[in-house]
Amino acid sequence: MTRVLMYKRFERFWHWSQAALVLALAFTGFNIHGTFTVLSYEQASEVHTTLLWALLGLWAFAIFWHFTTGEWKNYIPTTEKMAEVFRFYTIGIFKGEEHPYEKTPEKKLNPVQRIAYLGLKLVLNPGLIISGLLYLFYNQWPEIVTQILTLEIVALVHTAFAFFMVSFVILHVYLITTGHTVGAHLKAMVTGYEDIHDKTPAE
Amino acid sequence: MSIKRIFGCGVFAWLLMMTPAWAATKDKTSTADHTQFKQLQKDFQTGPEVTAACLECHTEASKQLEKTTHWTWQFDHMNGQKLGKREVVNSFCGSVASNEPRCTSCHIGYDWTDMRKDHPAGTNVDCLVCHDTTGIYKKLPAGAGHPKYGPELDLKKIAQNVGETSRANCGACHFYGGGGDGVKHGDLDSSLVNPPKELDVHMSKDGANFTCATCHNPKGHDVPGSRFETTAKDTKGIDIASADYKDHATCESCHGMTPHKSEAKLNDHTDKVACQTCHIPEFARGGVPTKMWWDWSQGGKMKDGKPYAIKDDHGHDIYNSKKGDFKLAENVIPEYAWFDGKMRYTLRSEKIDDANPPVPINTFGGSYDDPNARIWPFKVMRGKQPYDKELKTFLVNHVFGKDDTSFWTNFDWQKALTAGTEYAGQPYSGHYGFVETTYHWPQTHMVAPKSDALRCDDCHAKDGRLAGLNGFYMPRRDQSDVLDMLGFIMIGLTGTGVAVHGVLRLVLRRKDKKEG
Repeated sequence: MTRVLMYKRFERFWHWSQAALVLALAFTGFNIHGTFTVLSYEQASEVHTTLLWALLGLWAFAIFWHFTTGEWKNYIPTTEKMAEVFRFYTIGIFKGEEHPYEKTPEKKLNPVQRIAYLGLKLVLNPGLIISGLLYLFYNQWPEIVTQILTLEIVALVHTAFAFFMVSFVILHVYLITTGHTVGAHLKAMVTGYEDIHDKTPAE
Repeated sequence: MSIKRIFGCGVFAWLLMMTPAWAATKDKTSTADHTQFKQLQKDFQTGPEVTAACLECHTEASKQLEKTTHWTWQFDHMNGQKLGKREVVNSFCGSVASNEPRCTSCHIGYDWTDMRKDHPAGTNVDCLVCHDTTGIYKKLPAGAGHPKYGPELDLKKIAQNVGETSRANCGACHFYGGGGDGVKHGDLDSSLVNPPKELDVHMSKDGANFTCATCHNPKGHDVPGSRFETTAKDTKGIDIASADYKDHATCESCHGMTPHKSEAKLNDHTDKVACQTCHIPEFARGGVPTKMWWDWSQGGKMKDGKPYAIKDDHGHDIYNSKKGDFKLAENVIPEYAWFDGKMRYTLRSEKIDDANPPVPINTFGGSYDDPNARIWPFKVMRGKQPYDKELKTFLVNHVFGKDDTSFWTNFDWQKALTAGTEYAGQPYSGHYGFVETTYHWPQTHMVAPKSDALRCDDCHAKDGRLAGLNGFYMPRRDQSDVLDMLGFIMIGLTGTGVAVHGVLRLVLRRKDKKEG
């Protein structure tokens, strides 16, 4: 076993601040929606809008980071070992088998994660942001948009994406516990360091 | 400093303190001092005599006024209806026709005793009711526009002290519509003569100290602003000084459509929500109650053979044999509706649907999809009033007059309605009943300081102020139940899935370890 720096400092900062922002956006968002009314509409909508700008600012840095460091390559989808990874989470994990994917700092995402996070970044996040910005700026819609969309459609689409995001977060938080030990993944994302198997010359 | 001088200063200061009212009303900007005009150095006996003197210099004034709604009490509506006080039925005193000397006590002239006949302006115009600055000049309640003449009414002094109109001038009639202080409008009553800032930011001396004419700035005596044709949305922008006349009778003419500086999101509302909706959180806020219910059907009851009245704790009638039952209210939350500014009235010539009360006395257009309509606050006056059960029309009620038919003298509906309709030349079957009516009054005065304006949550809520309006999606008020159900099912399934997975891991791994 070797201890390697799996998650760089910016990566961890990005991950954790994004996590906080997403949770806070969900909380304020469902207050706006009226699912619960812990915050007044006024407070919820003001904070929700402020958090939006914070998230967009964070993403600007994150996107720059992904492209300048080549980290974006982690999201290139592959089918290699896809079946094995599926088998692990549905069967192997219950038998105490080893994870079939060998994680390295260069290839830190397994094939299922690649698909999941690519979907997050290309569908769920943009869906939330685009519908959210349309929602926020509905008074400034150009005429071409007003002919197609109504505020109701935009609001419902935004809400639907929010439901998907909440489900994603639940799944994500649970999968954190599926490392070598229950806390292994969490520890790695906090400290950045993770133990990986040594590559034997025979391999 | 000697005692004398200190005393002298004290007297001077006392004099200064005692004269602000006089000092405030003296117009220092006028180029004319009316006390110096020979025409006004007379001992006038009547109002028309004063008017004749006014017209010697202000040669066009009567001609200008003769054309205005203030004079004609008629309003040619763009929808083709002939409206105005002379034409419409209201749910307060009913109709002007046949009750002239009482109703026309608020006419801007003298001697309008029969509205069926021509009434030329000329010296019949009452200049003083609008231009008196002394506060002495008051029209009699039933004097067809005349004041009470006598030694205590110094018309010379009044005439020599004329000036621009004040809140009290306009208020002398407009605050007392419907038969008393605050009765009719809801947003206009005597509390606006000298309102605190909380009541009206614009008209308060601690605020902008506007007179009515600051916004309703007349052009040749024609005063802009109408409740028959309201500018529900003014997108012309802030008025910039120019050679063209512009009235300022909308909020937007000074504030524009994007008035909110620190909370820009609020500007996203101005296309659909009238300024008044948020900035007049309640009406009748000045301590004067307004009538909300007037049931004429209860009129005419006698106690020991005599008419009587029942008063509430504040001394206001809640029953009067002359008029029926009343309900009054202060600090009233308005009702809200989409409003395009175009009032349509149910005139006496139109059939009403008495099977489906309440019958609307006025209706208007407007919806979310109408770009010229916005959500407006209304006082909705409700009550019951006489109508013809066979011809299905509103009737003219002859209430006033010392004759053998007027309701207030004889308390006989049949006589009063027969006389009223006959006077107005309206057919009447002889079968009267009472029908419940509604009457919408758009609210636009009593603008509160911004700290008292409505907050987001007053409307963005399940049971908020706009709960009854539809045709649009409003966050927090509106959701799709289907989407919410599907969303929570998905979240529930995800949660259940990971819980089952986790429990299985726990159970099976333990078994492994034991077996291993």
